[in-house]
Parts: sequence; structure tokens; C-alpha cells
Amino acid sequence: MIERHPMDQLLREDRIPHIWCSGCGLGTSLTAFMSALQDTGISLDNVSVVSGIGCTGRVAGYVKLDSFHTTHGRPIPFAVGLHLANPSLKVVVFSGDGDLIAIGGNHFIHSARRNLDMTIICVNNFNYGMTGGQGGPTTPIGAKTSTTPYGNFEFPFNIPHLAAASGATYVARWTALDARRLRKSIHEALMKRGFSVVEIISPCPTLFGRFNRQGTGLDILNSYREQTVIQHGADPAKVGIEPGGKIIVGKFVDIERPTFLDVVNQGLKGKFGPPVEKPRAEELAIPSVDE
Amino acid sequence: MESKGAVLTGEHFISGNEACAEGALAAGCRFFAGYPITPSTEVAEHMAERLPEVGGTFIQMEDELASMNAILGAAWAGAKTMSATSGPGFSLMMENLGLGIMTETPCVLVNIQRGGPSTGLPTLVGQGDMMQARWGSHGPYEIIALSPSSPQEIFDLTIKAFNLSEQFRIPVLIMSDEVVGHMTEKVIIPPADDIKLTPRRTPKVSPEKYLPYDPDEDLVPAMALAGQGYKMHVTGLTHDRKGYPVITEEAQIELVQRLIDKIRKNRDKIIEYHEDQCEGADVIVCSYGISARTSLLPIQLAREEGLKVGLFKPIVVWPFPEERIGQLAAGVKAFVVPEINYGQISLEVERCAHGKAEVIQVPHAGGGIHDPAKVLEAIRRAAK
Repeated sequence: MIERHPMDQLLREDRIPHIWCSGCGLGTSLTAFMSALQDTGISLDNVSVVSGIGCTGRVAGYVKLDSFHTTHGRPIPFAVGLHLANPSLKVVVFSGDGDLIAIGGNHFIHSARRNLDMTIICVNNFNYGMTGGQGGPTTPIGAKTSTTPYGNFEFPFNIPHLAAASGATYVARWTALDARRLRKSIHEALMKRGFSVVEIISPCPTLFGRFNRQGTGLDILNSYREQTVIQHGADPAKVGIEPGGKIIVGKFVDIERPTFLDVVNQGLKGKFGPPVEKPRAEELAIPSVDE
Repeated sequence: MESKGAVLTGEHFISGNEACAEGALAAGCRFFAGYPITPSTEVAEHMAERLPEVGGTFIQMEDELASMNAILGAAWAGAKTMSATSGPGFSLMMENLGLGIMTETPCVLVNIQRGGPSTGLPTLVGQGDMMQARWGSHGPYEIIALSPSSPQEIFDLTIKAFNLSEQFRIPVLIMSDEVVGHMTEKVIIPPADDIKLTPRRTPKVSPEKYLPYDPDEDLVPAMALAGQGYKMHVTGLTHDRKGYPVITEEAQIELVQRLIDKIRKNRDKIIEYHEDQCEGADVIVCSYGISARTSLLPIQLAREEGLKVGLFKPIVVWPFPEERIGQLAAGVKAFVVPEINYGQISLEVERCAHGKAEVIQVPHAGGGIHDPAKVLEAIRRAAK
């Protein structure tokens, strides 16, 4: 008999069961993240997970790590403070598309621009699940939601394109069906120095799926099997999700660029004597792929 | 370039905004996140120059929403943190001031007040954010806010603000104004050893036994920091002693009552005011910040006319010194309250006077300081 679940070390057991619906992709997303985190060998004491508000925003409440459940849209700037005040922390922002791309969109692009060394996991279910399935920044044109009863009239953001154009050093997209590839990709993102972004396309059978007649969670995962095309290195500008079109997944960006702290430390080098109180980039405990 | 220390002991001729930044550095602030806004920008500029000299970090964020969050995050990573802003930025910061209150995050937020509403008067003085400081974020809470009247006071009060924020685990507001921020005067910075600093209250138990929101006797819990193995959960949702979200009336009452009580029941340790000739006075001018200073001349002129006039200056504006105002009300005919708004602290004086003394407002829309003649006229009227 199995006494312990392999994820017990990483989950707050006393907070389970979670609030997520049957068929939701968040369980798979969280499992992929925790497996990837274990794979990296990063000391769990050094990891901080920051979430905003929404269904994905509840991730911070379930992980047995230093975890911060902030206000709507603000996990990235909160994470910026954690990272800069203690660069030896591995800071992960785990939140949804509405939180990170709509109300928090400004923080997303500016932190990517600065190339702050942190990992962003953005679960995209095309709508606001927590509040009852309203349209959001990624809702495909024409899609029905509780606030787009005649179909969505707005053009959506293409998250990988937004991330890449803003300066992210690592950009990938997978669906919740690609559990193993997702785990590997999150592993890479965690080891990447700089602003790394993994978008997870995730079923919301209770709301977006129901409004758009997508069937059960299983039906939606099956549809991913038919709809997704793996195209590593695809031009992020060309991976926008069109209604009825293919979902292009894969690793789109994996580049080297000095991080914000690299530039700070270079700019201040030799100006003020030895650094005081704060570890510098070269003292970071986090290994990186290019080292 | 020769590195300067964090505490620039000696006499300086500097502006209020620079004195604020130096006070922060002397208090151990090593992280500043901000966004440029007149008339507070010099605080950020001075921190941008000085923080790297002392091993600290300055970052200019994309807006004030981000700035407020960044200082909260940095506090959880162990830093003493500050941001500075003015009216429009202060409005944006209200959202996450609430997060700081709810998660009990020590930090200092400076408001160099300007004329409002809206964009108002970017370069000119106002004191219209005093009630916003008290009530501006949603939900019931208590806050601590200080009001300096000079560059020396803003230096001293910035240190005090950091100490109070650590002692009570709460964001502390410095409600200064454009005139004090831009005024240049002598500021004496004492030797580092003479500056008393309150250390962060960190847990004395192992991670297994640690309850993040289990308060000590003074109702303030110890704060673990990220990266120390405590694996704590911190949320803006109503939470229990474990820090876990609990969406019930009982959890709300337990948590919010404590957040209120940790300030109300410790008010004696927080409240500070300055009194001049209030005992035996017929009229007391109650004023704060730059308006307390501009009241000095009319008070002097009134005394020369033989009127018995006192000055009561709250240094800590929130929590308000209600017991003392109540005591003084019993012995005076009236309070005169000059402030650069249309009645904010005067309402508080009225509440605390319990009808025992009249309260005469001396309002000012902003853009300038009070005409001494108007305050003098109000004192004369009050003395009748």
C-alpha cells in the first residue's frame, strides 16, 4: 500500500482537496511544475512561488514552499521585490492569463523588458474562471463567454509573441495534454537565467468549455491531440490562436541576454568597493543552463 | 568614487525630500521601488544615487501599483523597504497598501502631498490626503501615519516610521507635503550609534512549529522570511493562524479584530504629539505638517494681543490622539484647525472634543500655505 503520494513533500496536504473543477487542467499544470522543480534539484527552501488572483492564483496556496498569494494582477511586481532583495531565491510566478496579461499586463511586459531573472508560468484557459467565465485578454474572437453573449468582439493577445517582443529569454507553450513535454519545458525555464515564460493551454470545461460546446475535460484534451502542432523555434508572431485553427506548441525562444542584475552589477563594478549585505549574481545558488 | 556610509553623521543643508531619503538609509532601508511623481521625485532620485553606495537596491517600476508590490515582496525577502509618491500615485498604491496591512508586512510609504483632486497641482502644496491615508484602502483597518513639519523632522520621523513598521508589522505612512519636501534647511544627522533601530521580529521556533499569524502578547506575530525554510503561506485573503485562507465570518472576526487591536491597544506606544502652552489656554490651534509651522506666527501675534493660545501638533496623526484632545477640550473655548483641505483632521478634532469645545476650521484649497491673518482672525473669533 502506498502511504505517501510522491508530491506530498511539495503539497500542503492539509489544504487538499483543492477547489479546482473536475476536468480542469490546473492539476496537470501544478504536477508538471512540481515534478520539474524536483528534477532541477534546486533546494526547496530557496523557492518562492507567487500567484495573483483567480483559479490559477490558488496555486500558491497548495505548494509547500514559501508562497505568496498577492492581489489581482500583481504577482510579478511582488516577485520583483523578492528577487531583488534576495537574488539567491528562485522566484516563480504561477498565475492565469487574466491576472498576468490583462490587469497585470503592464507588469508582465516591463519585467520581461528588464529581463528579471524569474520564471513565469501562465495558465491560459481563455476566460476568467473564478468569477464565472467572463471574456478575457486571450478569449478568441467570436468565442462565447458570460460577458460576450454575442461572441467576443476583441482580438486576443498572443502570449508567446507578447513575451518574446518584450524581451523574455525563454518562451514556450504547451497544452495540459503535453504533461511530459510541459514538465521538461518548465525544467528548462527554471534553469534559464532571465525572464522565462511558459504558457499552458488548459481546459475549463465548467465555463469556457460549456459556453463553447467543447464537451468534458477529456473531450477538450482529445481535441488538443488533433489541434496541436509541435513547432520548436516557430516565429512567436505566427503562433496566435485562431478559432478552429491549429494550436502551435513548442519552445519558441531560448536566447541569452544579460539579466537586470547582470547589468546592474556591471554598471556598478568597481564604483563602491565590495558589495555589502547582498549576494551578487556570481554568488547565486541557482545553476543555469549556459554555465 | 569614495563610498559613503549609510549614516552621514553631521550637519547638512538639504531639502526635506533628501532628508527623508537619508533618514531611510540611516534606518537601514536597503530597497526602494518607486515611480517618478512631482513633488516627491527627489526622494527616489536620492535613493537611486545613495542605495548602491550602501549595498542596497533601487528600482524604478512601471507604475505605483508595481512599486507598492515590489516593496512588499522585498520586505518578505528580508529588506527594510520604502517607496515615495504623491496624490495620484498614492491613489494607485491604496490597492496594495491593503495587501501590506492584511499580510502584516513592514514597510514605509511616503506621500509628499500636492494639491488635488486628480492631477491637481503637481508642483504646489496640499494636505488633502489625510483621510485617504486613514481610509483609502478598502475594508476595515487601522494604520499608522506621521506628519513632519521640517526637513529635520522628516529625517527623524522616517527613522521612527521604520521602527514602528517593524514593531507592529504594518506599512507606516509619512504624510508630508510639497513645502516640507522642497524646503531646504539644516538637518543634523546623529552618529549611527545614537540611532535606535527596531529589529524585525523573526520566529524563535522551528519551521514545523511556526504559525505565521500566531501573535505574541502584543498581538503582533513573528515574521519568517523567504528562503529560510519556513515554507509559509502569505495571502491577502482572510486567513487563520497558519496563514491559510478561511472564508468564514469567524476567521474574519479573529483576524481583523486583531489587526485593529494591535494598533488600538498599543496606541500609547505609538501616539506622539507636541504641545506648547496648551495648559490653561482658551484656544488651541491644532495643526500638523507645514500648517503647524505656518500657525506659529498667528499664535505669536495672538499671544501678543493677550490671548491665551496653545499649539497642539500631532506628530503621529493616525492613530489620532483622541484621549488627549478630549482632555484638552474640557478646558478650552475652542480649537482652531488650519489645514490645506476642506476639513479632514478638523473632523477628527470635532469627534474627539465630544461637543465640549467648539472646533473652527480654517480651510485652504491648496496651492499655497495659510495666510497668517486668516488663522489669527480664527483665533480671535475662537477666544470670544
